[in-house]
Amino acid sequence: MATSKVTTATFDAEVLKSSTPVLVDFWAEWCGPCRAVGPILEEISDEYGSKIKIVKLNTDEESAIAIKYGITSIPSMYVFVNGEVVTQIVGAKPKPALLKDLESFLA
Amino acid sequence: MSEVRNVVIVGSGPAGYTAAIYAARAQLDPIIYEGSVTAGGALMNTTEVENFPGFTDGVMGPDLMDSMRKQAKRFGAELITDDIVEMDLTGDVKVLKDGSGNTVKAKSVILATGSAYREIGLVNEKRLSGHGVSWCATCDGFFFRGQTIAVVGGGDSAVEEATFLTRFAEKVVLIHRRDTLRASKIMAERAKANPKIEFLWNTEVIDVLGADKVEALKLRNTVDGTESERAFTGLFVAIGHIPRSELIVGQIDLDNEGYVICEGRSTRTNQKGVFACGDLVDHTYRQAITAAGSGCAAALDAEKFLAH
Repeated sequence: MATSKVTTATFDAEVLKSSTPVLVDFWAEWCGPCRAVGPILEEISDEYGSKIKIVKLNTDEESAIAIKYGITSIPSMYVFVNGEVVTQIVGAKPKPALLKDLESFLA
Repeated sequence: MSEVRNVVIVGSGPAGYTAAIYAARAQLDPIIYEGSVTAGGALMNTTEVENFPGFTDGVMGPDLMDSMRKQAKRFGAELITDDIVEMDLTGDVKVLKDGSGNTVKAKSVILATGSAYREIGLVNEKRLSGHGVSWCATCDGFFFRGQTIAVVGGGDSAVEEATFLTRFAEKVVLIHRRDTLRASKIMAERAKANPKIEFLWNTEVIDVLGADKVEALKLRNTVDGTESERAFTGLFVAIGHIPRSELIVGQIDLDNEGYVICEGRSTRTNQKGVFACGDLVDHTYRQAITAAGSGCAAALDAEKFLAH
């Protein structure tokens, strides 16, 4: 299934209260590497959507949440389990490398 | 893929795309591996490019690369947005493997993999990467609004980054281990005239402090050795680049810094049918226009090779 957008209003319900792990992709329009990794996350979402939910948070639009989670570099991909950040991936990576980072969630 | 291509181009900055344009126009039916997340090369991480000739009012880095890409496509180059992860360049037929597991064979290869950011080499620099330590001002500057941050380096990149960061930061301190900048005069003048930029001369960063994010830097004076600490919430490292030659070590002759050695003024490497261009080769100039020029030369050298 495709990735979906998350906002300040929906963050609690979609991310913190999710019963499955959620990968939040912190991105922005002007960020080249963010745009480069976008299609890769779409593919991973299509292939593993049942195991891990992938959502996108635009740091320009939702800066309060980005500040709350201490984002200082994008793309940052944080995996939330039961409302807590358990994995932090910073920087664009090729698909094989991302799949390796997310191994434990995709098994 | 069981067919043997005429030429495979690895890398997609100005060197790679220019090679693709020339090779395509020479009807060599080139295939170019752009990189899955690095397509477009170093200029994707810059804003205005004012010194690429032909653009009176400058051009945005990503826009320039997009134009080059479209131009390569126009003449029939095959573009693959994937990485080459393995190469055997030693035989008459070169064999390369991409990140998706596919193999491609070619009579000739043009290496245009460019260079990566040089790190200072501190453990804490790596540890806090993405948590206050960055190598790309245009990528991450946004997150340092109103803060006091440091930029390490003395060349054009460092000065450009420091100047760019003043759009967001309260104060930018440019830390350089000598007492004069290597940067071009016009960039240095702009920086000196900028009230938000402070210069810390004869200084090097010897440690990055902070538990989960950058809180301070430990500094050393390069003249008298005195050490000090200063609070910063961000560190941008702009001390140069290292050539991306990890995949070809042992097959292609490299100098002691990892740059590919080419024959005279050609793009020919020690392996027959393998050519190299751009920042992978160039220690000295490292400009988009010199990279583009060498990409053209590589395509022409490859064409000549294939014709025999």
